[in-house]
Parts: sequence; structure tokens; C-alpha cells
Amino acid sequence: MSSDEQWLWLARPALQHLLDVLAASGHRVIGPQVADGAIVYRDLDSAAALPTGWIDEQDGGVYRLECDQAAGTFDHVVGPHSLKNFLFPAREMFETWNRDGDGWQQTTPAYDPAPLAVIGVRGCDLAALAIQDRIFMGGESIDVRYKARRERLFLVAVNCRRAAATCFCHSMGCGPAAAPGHDLALTEVGDRFAVEVLTAAGTAVLHDLAARTSLEQLSADEIVAVRRVPADLAQAMHARQPEPGGPRPRSLDTENIRDLLFDNLEHPRWADVADRCLSCANCTLVCPTCFCSSVTEVTDLTGDAVARERRWASCFTLEHSQMHGANARPTTASRYRQWLTHKLAGWIDQFGTSGCTGCGRCITWCPVGIDITEEVAAIRQSPAP
Amino acid sequence: MTAAPLAEMRDAWQHHATRIAAVRDEVAHVRTYDLAFRDPATAARFSFAPGQFNMLYLPGIGEAAISISSDPGARGSISHTVKAVGNVTDALARLTVGDDVILRGPFGTPWPLAELRGHDIVIAVGGVGLASVRAAILQIAHDRASYGHVAVLFGAKAPAAMLYEREYREWRDRGIDVHVIVDQADASWSGRTGLVTSLFDDVPLDGSRTGLICCGPEPMMLAVVRRAEAAGLWHSRMFVSMERNMICAARLCGLCQFGPEFVCRDGPVFPYDRIARFLAIPNL
Repeated sequence: MSSDEQWLWLARPALQHLLDVLAASGHRVIGPQVADGAIVYRDLDSAAALPTGWIDEQDGGVYRLECDQAAGTFDHVVGPHSLKNFLFPAREMFETWNRDGDGWQQTTPAYDPAPLAVIGVRGCDLAALAIQDRIFMGGESIDVRYKARRERLFLVAVNCRRAAATCFCHSMGCGPAAAPGHDLALTEVGDRFAVEVLTAAGTAVLHDLAARTSLEQLSADEIVAVRRVPADLAQAMHARQPEPGGPRPRSLDTENIRDLLFDNLEHPRWADVADRCLSCANCTLVCPTCFCSSVTEVTDLTGDAVARERRWASCFTLEHSQMHGANARPTTASRYRQWLTHKLAGWIDQFGTSGCTGCGRCITWCPVGIDITEEVAAIRQSPAP
Repeated sequence: MTAAPLAEMRDAWQHHATRIAAVRDEVAHVRTYDLAFRDPATAARFSFAPGQFNMLYLPGIGEAAISISSDPGARGSISHTVKAVGNVTDALARLTVGDDVILRGPFGTPWPLAELRGHDIVIAVGGVGLASVRAAILQIAHDRASYGHVAVLFGAKAPAAMLYEREYREWRDRGIDVHVIVDQADASWSGRTGLVTSLFDDVPLDGSRTGLICCGPEPMMLAVVRRAEAAGLWHSRMFVSMERNMICAARLCGLCQFGPEFVCRDGPVFPYDRIARFLAIPNL
């Protein structure tokens, strides 16, 4: 395939064919849809269910959907769901045990998940996926179920052309352009999408798609223009200023951030944020990289059949840090500090990358609007001597 | 796109089936369980280093991280000394010889016994922390000529909590200088009363050639480190064993974090230098 064949035009009405091709090749197809007042990922069989004409206004503790006649299909940004909800589900039975005359036997059935295709993934969430890959499959011990799902994942990404005030992917180097790891990238232009093909799996899907609808190649000039869409947004995000009465556009200064935070573990700001923080764990639930989990034993009445369920855990709960006879982090200040310093500092030691992609979900979904960028800025403003 | 596979990639939940071969009452609420692998090939292959731990799993109840306390050179069964302080350890206390225990491990970093060869060693421990250094004591005893003066400073809450007391004579016979102290004495006690740090006064110390092995609650370990500093020990030869909540023991569940460290993988045994700045912060 020559390079210009990697760029093809797909008319908006033809999106349905893309969903059909993915379904026909055995994929469970997931895409963004309006439900319960938010744009969430759900099973998607009709392109009509995509949130065309909807945008999301986001701010600290604020998420509001608005109709916008001028908005395309993907001019919303990110909702409470991310790829984590599917690759690392909130609850998962991962082992079964049964007791017979010879004691306990592990009886876990072989795991064979259906391939998953996700439509509309943004740069921040692709970055989050790459981070979770390092966590769950990058070390000596791996999560075999995550790996099985990951290896069967087909990703249709979207290059953002709009950012919410809470978005700060430009600060984290994670967007707004979609990268890395996706199979196809869509850039919305007028009534059609420029489709960039990035993998062999993407090529195969486009081959099937070509049998159902006409796919015109982009000219060299059109490719340049399409590439400019996320680049222009990135530039705008770096330059944006608060509008009167509008939400503050977020950014985060990451310069030397690991040492800044580890040098300020006893900064008064931790007590200050603890006065506002409800320790509700919302931020960890919506964070696309938060990966803590615990295990619950589920038994039948006889006690001879046991299933083990892995569940998301949150460092905002006391259970997370409970030890024999003592709790390592008994205060809200210590738990918020754990979350923020892990995300932005410890993560760098552990995985060679920040744990934050700048998606802004923790800001939006915090019931009291605590803002990770503001907390870091406050510490940076008056660091320990 | 997938991450490059590592040659050693393995399922985090790989386990071994064991049976309880023997149970010994130690002190109140504390028992030692000798576990024998059901698979002879595993029994022959399984090895560990002093300071490492296993996850002991009782289906339907849960898992607990328990340090391995037996002689690493011994074959056949491995020992875990367990205090009944929670769901899993209480259930373990109700089991008996022949019952099943599922085991994962060994996990974690060992005590740096090779690194400390040629040095004097102070092993300062409190309470059931002694269980996590018993394997080290036995290994040092096997290799006694490689070390200088080796002292065990053990602080128990009360005389009745004097863990492994019947073994002290043998340890002493094998050249280990054992000193004990209790927090709360009773009529039966004629020994020393106070904190384990007081026992530093009882041993000859040349800080420039002495290593420290320390396990106990964090305030106790900090106090021991301060006392060892005063005796002239070098930070670079101090080692402490940390405890945190642990679910997977395989760096995946995230619960055992301590600053940037995963206690299950980067610890439990840490060079003091590596974690000093974090150990000094309350509630980290």
C-alpha cells in the first residue's frame, strides 16, 4: 500500500458500513452515545446512535450536554467512560475453585473474549491505554485476561477538533492528535471523515469497507489540511485564555514535577485540599489509568464452590491502605496526596511515564470540583524551601 | 499495538497446592505452619531467599502475605509463622494437619546476606517481625564463619510473647548473640524491660563494619535506625522490611505502594537509603 492509499474519504452516512464491517468480522462494537445525560461508551449497532450534533461543556464539577447544529459526530470530548471500562472492567470473575474429595481444585474456564472494536477513541485515551499496557503486560507478572482482550482490540480513533476547558492533553503530550496504537484515525471535515489507515488490521477493514461504499483517496493537499486539524487545536490550546465568565482553560506545568511533588510531601496544600475533598473516589473511577484493584471471594452456600472477583479499588478508601492493626493512610490529606503524587510523580519511577494524560475527567467528575492542575500550581507557587 | 512480550512473562495468579504437614503453637495467637507441596516437582524446584514472602490462599476466605520463616536450605516443607489478626489468618488458625493451603510465591526482595558477608550484623526486630528474619538467622548460622559478630536484638510485648524462645539456645550455640527485652514485664520476668533500642547498649558495636537488619512497626524501625546511626552504622548498610496492604504481590493491584515503591516487588526488604525520605513522612 503506497502512502496516499492510507488516506481515504468516508461520507458520514457511510459510517454505518464501518460498524457493519466490524460486526461482520466478529467484533463487539462500542461507541459514544448519549445516555443518562452524558456521552458514554455503549454497544453500538447503528451510526444514528452516535452523538452527532452534541457537545459537552465541562468544568470543575460540571458536565453539561448541549445541542449544537454546527457540531459534527465527534465534537464532544471525553465522558466518564474510557477504554479502561472495557479492557480492565470494574468487576471481573477471574478464577473459580471447587472443593472435592481431594481438596481444592482450580476450575477456571479458558478465557476467550470476543474481539472488541471501539469507535471514537481520543489521543488522551490512547495514551492511557499505552500506560495500562505497561502496567498489565509490561512486567514479569501480567494480567492474562487484560492481555487477551488487548490483543483482540480494534481501535477507530478520532482526531479532536474541539477541546473542553478541562482538557489539558497538550500539557501532557497526549493529544489532541490521536496516537499511538490505533488502527484507523478519523478526522471530521464537513460531512465526511478523512480515514487514516495505520495497521494491517485497519487495511483489512478498509478493504471490506470498500466493497460496501466508495472510498475516495485524499489528495496530497487534503492530507496536509487534515493533518492540520489536530495541530491547529493543539496550538489553540497552548494559546487559550479564560473568557469572561467562562471556565478556566486548564494546563499543567510538568517541568521537574516528580521532584517538585516528592520535595513537598508535607506541604500545607495537602491539608487545604483535604478540607474540600470528600474522599469519594470518583476521580479514581473515571481516571483512564488508575489501576488499583482488590479481590473479593464469592462462595456458594456449601462453601465448596468459590469464584474470585477482581474489583476496582481506590486509594481514597480506608480499605486500600489497611494493614494488620494499623492504617497506612488514615487521613483524607494522606489519601489525596497518595493519589496525586502517585499519578504525577511515583508513576514516573514505576512505569517511565506520567500517570496523567490530561483528559480532565478527574476535574469534571469531582463533586466539589477539585482540580489536579490547580493543586499542582498551588504547590509550585510556594514550594518547600 | 501491543507491548513487547518479555521472556519471563507469567500469569500473576500462578499458584501451588500445598498441604499442612505440621502445626506448632508458638505464642498466644501465633502458630507455625509447615506446608508441603502436593506436586513433588514443585517441592524439588521451589526455592526462596530469607526475607521473601508467600501469599497463602484459602479459597472462599482470601489471601494473606506471610514471610517464609524456615531454613532456606531445608527441603520437603516450608514454614510460615502466622499471627491470627484478621480474616485469613483467623481461618488459617482453624486449620489442621492435612488441610489444603494454596500458595503463590516466593515474592519480594531478600535480606542482603551475601552483601553483608565479612561484616558484623545487628538484627533488630519486634514482635512477629522475628518470623521474617528467622530464615536469615538460620542461613547465617549455616555460613557462620563468613560473618563477624552477629547479634539478634528482639523486643517482645511481654514475656509470654517471646517468639521461638525454645530455639534461642540453639541459635546461641551456633554463634548468634541473642538479646531479648520486653515492653511489659511480669513476675516471671527477670530480664530486661524497655524498648529494643536499649539492647544496642548490650552488644559490642563497631559501626564502620556493622550491617543492620530491621523489621517491625515503622516507628520502631525509625527508632532503631536513629540508634544505629548513633552507634556509627552506615545508612548504606541498613536494611528494613516494610509492610503494606497487598492483594496480588505481583505489582498489579497497586495497594502496596509506598512512595514510588511497590512493597511487593521493590521490597519488602529495602536499603534504608532508598526509602529514608519516604519513611520519614507520616501516613505515606
